[in-house]
Amino acid sequence: MIDMLKTVTINNIQVPIEGERNLLELANKAGINIPTFCYHSDLSIYGACRLCLVEVKDRGIVASCSTVPEDGMVVKTHTEEIREMRKVAIELMLANHDQNCTLCPKNTHCRLQTLARELGINEVRFKRTFKQQPVDYSSLSLVRDPNKCILCGDCVRACSEIQGVGVLGFAGRGDKSRVVPPFNKSLADVECVNCGLCATVCPVGAITPRDDVDGVWKEINNPEKTVVVQVAPAVRVAIGELFGGSPGSVEMGRITAALKMIGFDQIYDTSFAADMTILEEGTEFIERKTKGERLPQFTSCCPGWVKFAEQFLGDMLPNLSTCKSPQQMFGSVAKKILPEQLGVKKENLVVVSIMPCTAKKFECKQEKFKKDGLYDVDFVLTTQELGRMITEAGIKFADLQPQSLDMPFGFKTGAGVIFGTSGGVTEACLRYAVEKIRGIKLDTFEFQEVRGESDLREAEFDLNGLNIRLAVVYGLNNVKRLIDRIRKGEVYYDLIEVMACPMGCVGGAGQPVCVDWTTRRNRTNGLYRADKMLQLHKSQDNHLLQETYKNYLGEVGGHTAHELLHTDYHNRRRLYGLTMPVLDEAGTPQLRVSVCVGTSCFVRGSQTLLKTIVDFIQDNGLAHIVEVEATFCTENCDRGPTVCVGENLICKATFETVTQSIRKELDRVGVPM
Amino acid sequence: MKVVSLSCRKLTHFLFNKSIKNYLFHTVDLGTTLIMPPVATDNTSHTSRKFTQVCDILEKNEYNPARLIPILQQVQEFYRYLPEDVLAFVATSLDLPPAHVYGVATFYAHFTLIPKGKYNVRLCDGTACHVKGSEHILHALYDRLKLSPAKQTSDDMLFTVETVSCLGACGLAPVMVVDEKVYSKMTPENAVGIIEEIISQEQQ
Repeated sequence: MIDMLKTVTINNIQVPIEGERNLLELANKAGINIPTFCYHSDLSIYGACRLCLVEVKDRGIVASCSTVPEDGMVVKTHTEEIREMRKVAIELMLANHDQNCTLCPKNTHCRLQTLARELGINEVRFKRTFKQQPVDYSSLSLVRDPNKCILCGDCVRACSEIQGVGVLGFAGRGDKSRVVPPFNKSLADVECVNCGLCATVCPVGAITPRDDVDGVWKEINNPEKTVVVQVAPAVRVAIGELFGGSPGSVEMGRITAALKMIGFDQIYDTSFAADMTILEEGTEFIERKTKGERLPQFTSCCPGWVKFAEQFLGDMLPNLSTCKSPQQMFGSVAKKILPEQLGVKKENLVVVSIMPCTAKKFECKQEKFKKDGLYDVDFVLTTQELGRMITEAGIKFADLQPQSLDMPFGFKTGAGVIFGTSGGVTEACLRYAVEKIRGIKLDTFEFQEVRGESDLREAEFDLNGLNIRLAVVYGLNNVKRLIDRIRKGEVYYDLIEVMACPMGCVGGAGQPVCVDWTTRRNRTNGLYRADKMLQLHKSQDNHLLQETYKNYLGEVGGHTAHELLHTDYHNRRRLYGLTMPVLDEAGTPQLRVSVCVGTSCFVRGSQTLLKTIVDFIQDNGLAHIVEVEATFCTENCDRGPTVCVGENLICKATFETVTQSIRKELDRVGVPM
Repeated sequence: MKVVSLSCRKLTHFLFNKSIKNYLFHTVDLGTTLIMPPVATDNTSHTSRKFTQVCDILEKNEYNPARLIPILQQVQEFYRYLPEDVLAFVATSLDLPPAHVYGVATFYAHFTLIPKGKYNVRLCDGTACHVKGSEHILHALYDRLKLSPAKQTSDDMLFTVETVSCLGACGLAPVMVVDEKVYSKMTPENAVGIIEEIISQEQQ
């Protein structure tokens, strides 16, 4: 039978072809390591870095990532010539690289560093061409350091192919090539959703999560401050990897012990707030479903997704659950209840989150999550940053004795723990909604239907004659496609869970860097194990949560709950600071008319509207006092086309409403038509 | 008046379908309601004419993202460069990420994101012209107009001086081209003379 198999001979070993897409995958299967920067199994094949070169008999030297395996191929992967070529490639990169490795956030886990060592490079034979460029610190979530970039294009493809955002692109050409946001703007001024996938795939330190460790140390060392911390579900199954542990081992006890040693005053669990989210979001869902309004309901736990929706899906915003994310629910409840419980002044209470996520850093610093001048959550640290704090404090993590969390916000059910993986929110919601709608107690708690690794999963449930269709999706480009199909009427869902990162929070950008599926799978399994080990599995059974409602929040979905636990969303413009003058004859303009030509308004015909307005102004001889400009978003995408006449915003504008308003405004300034 | 037809049902369909291409097909289809403006007349201002031109270019190219390069070429013909705001407008209209459009605009030497002078002076620095001393001509131009390789456009926005690799007129080397007019067998003195002539013309 063996001779029926198609095989490739790699370094004298016969390797059967079993659906591998390229020689690189095939060599990997045979236990041969071929270095590469630009190859990722989740991304399209690019062939830019030229490190994966191999020699194919009768064909010469080719890039193994972009060569399809064929029967009978004879391949050599590490000949003298190839090794020399790889060395040259790395040396050329180093000649143009900021080699300040000890100060780099990627130090010791940088692939360029590793490969230089593995290939035995001890000198760079080329003239140094490196020129220092400014580092972009504008984003609350990420730092972009162009001095480290090796132009592999991983971030460019991840951002557009997986997240459908496309905020990074190649610009320039030849030795002036660089990876930048559009028009060389800073990350904070463009449509970045802060998911951090670019940082995850970046092999070097060109894009890294923002570091907020110093700020937290300062608060801990301030004797006046009481610092409480919440730990997100996905952190506990990944932090161990930083200290020699295996992915998926549940380390909540050791995390608690470490946080206490570091000096945090109270250690809580975000899963408590996740239980709260389920009660609120589940109730909201049942209400919407019975009334049949604003369906499908989208989950709102993932800040990357929420910003994506605010950025690109203005008309879908009413469909997002109004629930805050568990992190923000925790923050607002903590800032309300804890000052009294712990006997501290409100301004002396500091809430820190440990999150698997970079977008959470952005989320917590929004004005809407600020009350009386204080943020609900003051600092967000990623799993990676917590790891560094533990090391900085000289703690031997693996040797720690596990400790228990503080009450009441340290108490959770399994439903709150599985939030950390794709499908977890849906399952937790089902555990609540099924009991609530059917009015019975379920014996089981697992809903295997919504578990799995596929980036789009569907399930259907019949609850007392009420048919519920669910979708679980991750990767924002998948969401985009799904919403296109919903709009076309091809599919229908009642509830859609969206996570930006691959496999949800376990694969988050704040986690120890992981681009492989085994690690993500093990972390997910760790969460399901943690759920199983707990005595309670349904959010509604969390009696400490019920007590909190009774003492402080009132009814689920009631007035206080709405004030503290719910939020609203607003459209965001894609590019800041860009307008386009359309009619600027006015010497001293008395009135400015801005017409939005952003995507949403554009598809609603704003371009035609703009033309008719210009004609109107010219035909009536008003060009000397009225100027017209095109703006790129007035952040009212669901009510487009939008036009600003002076200070007045006109939504769903028509030629009639705009001209009427122009007449009125001109009357007001004393230039009647 | 050009009447564009768009039925209510089609419009709804379109809004949930967001594809700009579909939009265009539907506009030709049926119904009536939206009235397009007449083609810009002579009393239209310069800026609004430019804006209308951009819209016309996009329409002529059927809002096809695959025609990005011809669209940018045509836009540059009108503006003499590619302003950021117009690039962003083109990106939104074609449903492309602005980063992508910026990438294309910065890749090709033909495109420029910096406004060019009224007169575009291109001096050939290909092998033949280089051997015949084009470098001296370039420096003479730079000296006269206070320019450098980093600053190619004069402050009064009158001249842009660029070098090109070969104009294919090696027999006439060294060659200088001002807009579309070719000057052959240049010397530094001649070249500066041509510039002086234009300046005095402009001053009249």
